[in-house]
Amino acid sequence: MKSEILKLLAKNARYSVSDLAKMTSLEQAQVEALIKELEEEGLIKGYKAVVDWDKLEDAYVSAIVELKVVPKADLGFEEVAERIASYKEVESVYLMSGVYDLNVVVKGKTLQDVANFVSKELAPIDSVTSTATHFVMRRYKELDVAFFKKEDDRGQFLL
Amino acid sequence: MMDYSKVLNPAVCEIKPSGIRKFFDIAATMNDVISLGVGEPDFETPWKIRKAGISSLERGKTKYTSNSGLIALRKEISNYLYRKCNVSYEPESEILISVGGSEAIDAAIRAVVSAKDEVIIPEPSYVCYEPITTLAGGVPVVIETKAEDDFKLTKKQLLSAITDKTKALILPYPCNPTGAIMEKEDLEEIASVLRDKNILVISDEIYAELTFGGKKHVSIASIEGMKDKTVIVNGFSKTFSMTGWRLGYAAGPKEIIKQMTKIHQFAIMCAPTTSQYAAVEALKNCEEDVLSMLKEYDRRRKLMVSTFNEIGLTCREPKGAFYAFPSISSSGLSSDEFCERLLKEKHVALVPGTAFGKGGEGFIRASYCYSPEHIIEALKRTKEFLDTL
Repeated sequence: MKSEILKLLAKNARYSVSDLAKMTSLEQAQVEALIKELEEEGLIKGYKAVVDWDKLEDAYVSAIVELKVVPKADLGFEEVAERIASYKEVESVYLMSGVYDLNVVVKGKTLQDVANFVSKELAPIDSVTSTATHFVMRRYKELDVAFFKKEDDRGQFLL
Repeated sequence: MMDYSKVLNPAVCEIKPSGIRKFFDIAATMNDVISLGVGEPDFETPWKIRKAGISSLERGKTKYTSNSGLIALRKEISNYLYRKCNVSYEPESEILISVGGSEAIDAAIRAVVSAKDEVIIPEPSYVCYEPITTLAGGVPVVIETKAEDDFKLTKKQLLSAITDKTKALILPYPCNPTGAIMEKEDLEEIASVLRDKNILVISDEIYAELTFGGKKHVSIASIEGMKDKTVIVNGFSKTFSMTGWRLGYAAGPKEIIKQMTKIHQFAIMCAPTTSQYAAVEALKNCEEDVLSMLKEYDRRRKLMVSTFNEIGLTCREPKGAFYAFPSISSSGLSSDEFCERLLKEKHVALVPGTAFGKGGEGFIRASYCYSPEHIIEALKRTKEFLDTL
């Protein structure tokens, strides 16, 4: 049942407890307790709106930065990954398989801000051996939400 | 000047237009209608199936198939029916691929009905059986199934409808719009009436995969002594979300299928080739896709049924298809008034139960082929409407 609640909340974090209860055939109190557990266990990390910032005047710029990193003998990639994750400019950090090590999504007000952040903050880190920065030109889909309109082209009535 | 009344077939002209026409006109004047009126899945056809269709085009499979349909598809249908319903059909002679389930229903009725023959039709049910019967010169004999019987067809009702003119019984379960299903013991009762009679059962099983709460669909063809009296009609639209592909089939005794094939041959030639290739993939490799759609329908079903009951519209648990059929008697309005006012005042589109036969009075049909968010909003508006009454 926990995974059922997780799936539903991952789709829409604003489902009311009452609607979740109906969809899962649970009591409201049970749903509340499950959500509390999920939060306490750290399975649910937060609830945020999915925003299409490009629609705003002061839209932000983001870039995917590929980092090659020399792992520390006993700490692996953890230490540097956690350090990078602590910057407010950093939206996400992933350890990757393949030709580079860390995938860092960086955001800023302008291209210049992001470029500065990469060259002044990320590149100089001791264990970072190289960076490659790719700016995002347009967002089509984020967190399962498509940013383009998909019309329901069915009729309003169909027997 | 052409006098069209001199050329048109009076039987066609006399067919009443659907009761929901006026709702189309009202809805057309609004741009924020939120509808629960559509009897069609909102999922796109699984990508594997679409790819199989595309690939058949790339390989140049653009010709007619045999009249009965691709033998490879008929074999898959035969396997599928054996797997799901425990009845076996010869792919060569007992299966006909049609343009949607609808065409198979039409061909089956036309194959058996001649002037003044009677066809028994349980209602509320899908709207095509009556007009097709009438056009074939037959006489529809309607049985009004009752809410207190869970909208099942009962032995007693069937017995009282049978005459020596009865040619066929339509068995539309799982049922659009009521969501009713016929379980094995219900079908045994029906079979006990029909076993010694020459009446063909046209079993419209288009919603066979969409049953809930652990209830699996049972086909009347699997009941002892009934296979040679039954034509199963099924299709790909609802199960595999393939409405636009227009593909269905009939399976039944070869004597009946042979005659249906003639009608099909002259009216249609063959079902769309691209769709037939896609459907082979659907039957072979899409069990998981069907299950995940089913799971999602079930969530929506529970959401909708609980909410209807919560806002005071008593709703029995629909066990099949993808519709809820709540009673609106608490509103004091007729089905038609309810739907018209709800549309005008809150811009929510529902279908009055009467669109599916007189016995649908006092009920509305709400489809849950919509996202939970959509359902929540539509029912929120419905509650606001009820509060104003």
